[in-house]
Amino acid sequence: MQEDTIISIRNLSKDFKLPHQKMNSVKNAFTNAFSLGNRTFEVQHALKDIDFEIKKGDFFGIVGRNGSGKSTLLKILAGIYQPTKGSISVKGKVVPFIELGVGFNPELTGRENVYLNGALLGFSEKEVDTKYKNIVEFAELERFMDQKLKNYSSGMQVRLAFSVATQLAESDILLIDEVLAVGDASFQKKCFEYFKKLREAKKTVVFVSHDMSAVEQYCTNGILVEQGAIVQKGKAAKVADEYKKLFINQYNTVTSKTKRPIIGNGNALFEDVSLKTIQKKSREYIILKVDIRFINDFEKPIFGFSIKPENLLQLAGTNTLVNDIEIGKQHANTKLTIECKIPNIFNNGIHYVDLNLAQDKTSVVADRWAEAASFVVKRKQTAPYPIVLDETIINFKEQE
Amino acid sequence: MNKIKQRYRYSAVLLKQLVKTDFKLRYQSSFLGYLWSLLKPLFLFGILYVVFVKILKVDYGVPNSGIYLLLGIVLWSFFAELTSTSITSIVGKGDLLRKLNFPRYVLVLSVSLTAGINLFLNFMVVVIFMIISSVAVSKESLLAPIIFGELFIFALALGFYLSALFVRLRDINYVWEVIMQALFYATPILFPITLAPLWLQKVLMLSPLAQTIQDLRYLLVSKQTSTITDVYNNNPYIRLVPLAITMILFVTGALYFKSRSKYFAEEV
Repeated sequence: MQEDTIISIRNLSKDFKLPHQKMNSVKNAFTNAFSLGNRTFEVQHALKDIDFEIKKGDFFGIVGRNGSGKSTLLKILAGIYQPTKGSISVKGKVVPFIELGVGFNPELTGRENVYLNGALLGFSEKEVDTKYKNIVEFAELERFMDQKLKNYSSGMQVRLAFSVATQLAESDILLIDEVLAVGDASFQKKCFEYFKKLREAKKTVVFVSHDMSAVEQYCTNGILVEQGAIVQKGKAAKVADEYKKLFINQYNTVTSKTKRPIIGNGNALFEDVSLKTIQKKSREYIILKVDIRFINDFEKPIFGFSIKPENLLQLAGTNTLVNDIEIGKQHANTKLTIECKIPNIFNNGIHYVDLNLAQDKTSVVADRWAEAASFVVKRKQTAPYPIVLDETIINFKEQE
Repeated sequence: MNKIKQRYRYSAVLLKQLVKTDFKLRYQSSFLGYLWSLLKPLFLFGILYVVFVKILKVDYGVPNSGIYLLLGIVLWSFFAELTSTSITSIVGKGDLLRKLNFPRYVLVLSVSLTAGINLFLNFMVVVIFMIISSVAVSKESLLAPIIFGELFIFALALGFYLSALFVRLRDINYVWEVIMQALFYATPILFPITLAPLWLQKVLMLSPLAQTIQDLRYLLVSKQTSTITDVYNNNPYIRLVPLAITMILFVTGALYFKSRSKYFAEEV
């Protein structure tokens, strides 16, 4: 290991054994003891041949899609899971923020929870004493510290937990899961200010996320994990680019036809969805094509869609009612294809499309398909706005 | 060396806070608070005293048979509390295990210490009764802490086994309840050991639980208590058998717990 290498992972693999028959009662253990050979496991390879190292002062990003294995990797780094194969060596103390407020107990007061949470992170009462004032001030909860936690609002709880974590953590290595960055806008701002401070202080941080703007902004380097293996490592920008490509590849083939929860009365269902782009006179359009199957006779269908970038809940959208289009009555067991041509006014990054079908009134939902498809926008220039009004006609006239 | 010190410092910090929290939570919303931990064995004692000493007139062959009975019940309550709370000590903190890496044995130790503190409080009640009844205490009574220690280690050893087993086999707690019922009557708590035929006495007294309870009664209440050496013709070496059982259980229990604890986070 080199002088400045602080974490080194060599050929690490992690398998989870998922028994086909759950064996957690004594009776099962007895009956199965006679048929040990028959006991079958499904081995899930969560991580395969992971190999990388992190140097002192790195702000290291681990990115990947849901279920890619990045959280498993973080838990191995934190020492919570043991690797099946390979080795991991860590120099120094690791403080994990896999979740805020680990061990918080609603029956204890705010003050008692601070000390309990502190102890779980490895800080004695004396050590917490010296920081206690800062913690309370930072959380802005001076008046509430002697109330039980169950009387706190969820926002107050998050504030307290975050305050304990950030004010106490002075360890060598911080592991931060993306869950840290949830919450309202002002809380997110606080989070990012904290990241900035960590980066300026040259702390070693391992940051798991799929918010590429945060990765590009704070990470120095990182890895991209896909299906349990590293597919890219190096500079953060390169890793983030590669991550976005994962979505571009899906661009035409389109996402999940897998099972999804049906939200609505089920009189009609979305069957298929596809996305593609077309160029027209240097303008780019997104073509959204949707197949709907009508199960029952259907009066006055209203179709709508909305588009959001990954860090917002809602951004843009429309529906046939707003656009003043009447589809008319549909009969049972018929299929309808709708095509929308949407001007690409979106900023760089990943965007998701939600689909909606309502009956007569927008409040009567027949089917709703959240994140039915996704696409990535790549512009030459990143704009500081979620919507880019690049079709705006701008004139200028030079004057003497 | 420094790293080992660090590791134990962390355990100590955590242990202290967990025990504290446990105490706060347990008696927080009850009116009588800590008193309950004293009242519970006292009520049990009251009932058993009336039934066994006053109605059945069981002859324990010792003076102060009330205190003799009380001490036995207090010790049994401690054993029962430690083992039954340790069963769920790991599974009950599953949420924590999945999110933090800390020495897992701290969880078992914290419920054991809570039981130990309760034993101490209960024992103080016994001492008060001893003072009231002016029980004569000899120099030998100073050996009592060693026997208390043996009992604690024996219970802790079982705690390690039970808590680790419970992660994989979820009906261990029912199995343990049944074993406890049997153990209660296999230990001379309510009945004088001399009631049993000699061969059975010899077998029963090999249990570390029976041996420690009788030894403590001998040291603290009455010299007429029948101990393991009495049953084995005053052979002093026989005491090594329950001691060996305790030590073997403790070492193997701790090792078993250690080897399983790596996988608690995944299995819980």
